[in-house]
Amino acid sequence: MGYSSKSPWVIHYDASSCNGCDIEVLAALCPGFDVERFGIINTGDPKHADIFLVTGSVNERNIDIIKQIYDQMVEPKVVVACGICACSGGIFHDCYNVIGGVDKAIPVDVYAPGCAVRPEAIIDAVVQGIAVLDQKAEALKAMKKGA
Amino acid sequence: MGTASVIPFGPQHPVLPEPLHLDLVVEDEVVLEAMPQIGFVHRGLERLVRSKDYNQFLYVAERICGICAFGHSMGYAETVERLMGIEIPQRADYLRTIWHEMSRIHSHILWLGLAADAFGFESLFMHCWRLRERVLDLFEKTTGGRVIFSVCKVGGVQRDISPSQMSEILAVLDGLRDEYSQLVKTFLGDSSVYSRTAGIGAIPHKDAVELSMVGPFGRASGVNYDVRMLGHGAYGDLADFQPVLSTDCDCYARMEVRCAEVLQSIDIIAELASKIPAGDIMVPVKGNPAVDAEACNVLEQPRGECYYYAKGNGSKYLDRMRMRTPTSQNLAGMTLALKGCDLADVNMIILTIDPCVSCTER
Repeated sequence: MGYSSKSPWVIHYDASSCNGCDIEVLAALCPGFDVERFGIINTGDPKHADIFLVTGSVNERNIDIIKQIYDQMVEPKVVVACGICACSGGIFHDCYNVIGGVDKAIPVDVYAPGCAVRPEAIIDAVVQGIAVLDQKAEALKAMKKGA
Repeated sequence: MGTASVIPFGPQHPVLPEPLHLDLVVEDEVVLEAMPQIGFVHRGLERLVRSKDYNQFLYVAERICGICAFGHSMGYAETVERLMGIEIPQRADYLRTIWHEMSRIHSHILWLGLAADAFGFESLFMHCWRLRERVLDLFEKTTGGRVIFSVCKVGGVQRDISPSQMSEILAVLDGLRDEYSQLVKTFLGDSSVYSRTAGIGAIPHKDAVELSMVGPFGRASGVNYDVRMLGHGAYGDLADFQPVLSTDCDCYARMEVRCAEVLQSIDIIAELASKIPAGDIMVPVKGNPAVDAEACNVLEQPRGECYYYAKGNGSKYLDRMRMRTPTSQNLAGMTLALKGCDLADVNMIILTIDPCVSCTER
């Protein structure tokens, strides 16, 4: 288990979500659910972040920003799609300005459905994300050794 | 004097959970002009009214914004009821108002937390969000949802609040009042908070009226307007309602107004709970809105006046659904407040209008 997978730092971006999932992401970090006690901190800097929590259904205006944040993050990195809009577009699927799901823009590792996604589901997804993060770190190490 | 340069603010910024982009023209750390750019949350919800019928659209209306979710479903339901001439039972009206006022409490405490985070008071932020969880627990007990309730329907509400639940609500809110008052002491009495907010981003009363600012943002500049004082629905049965006003016009005043409004909402809920009539909570809804029938409605959201308009076309689909949200009213005030401020105060000023980007852009 690497240092980053013990206490991964998360970054959050609202990709045209209704705020419901965003405040639940924050609520998961705050007292009540309090994942900060494990050292999981919400950071504003993509370069410090290990896990990318994306909420919302992604539209034409912000798809580039999601890609940009994803590219700025340092490997290994994990993307968690929070909420049903981020997974598939949800209730907004038919809207003209909705692309429908984060996986249309960047590769997603863990899906956390729900409208709005419950903090328990976010925590569960982050825990699954930690396992993925470990795998990716191992693969990265092996690749470096091989090179 | 240096030369002017442009600094981008957002859309991904730690101070706001929402994407708001500003181009700040700065010279020597002083903001000369702020140009907001929007569209990051635009989904095109008003168009959905053509493909979802008026009952289905209620669930879309609720998802316009996750913070004022109940307010939007209530505002939409009331508009459609006016459109079709439906009279809802009084108990349903009271229940809606109680949930709406609880949403205001949760929204204002959420905002106070974010404001504390913006001026760098992390522990105060955590305390605010700890208190907010109790209101969310009440929502979960009475409606089943923490954020999106789906409890409002055209024609009434889907769930009743039992007497035991009502007394629990009152007990929890009473307990909240004590702890909340201690937090307010820090917000309004702490010298470090005062120095970060007092005199910052002032908007004189005259400008506030001219820019038709609404909600706590306007009331902090002395704009004596709150939709609740018009006495629609259950608000008309309140013994007395006076909008919370301040005349200081700065960030501190806006904080003051919101701090007082939470206590006011607790009082309103207590009064409504003592007066709530027994009876049905829903009337059956039949038929469709008539051709060219029009209805409009105003509602005091946590962020200010929200205006709804709906037009029928004889089918189960509405012809047009339009709303004007408080944040779109207040954006002009925000750009005015940002003019001439320090770069370090930008995030504080943006937060004090309590921007709700997803309401504004829909």
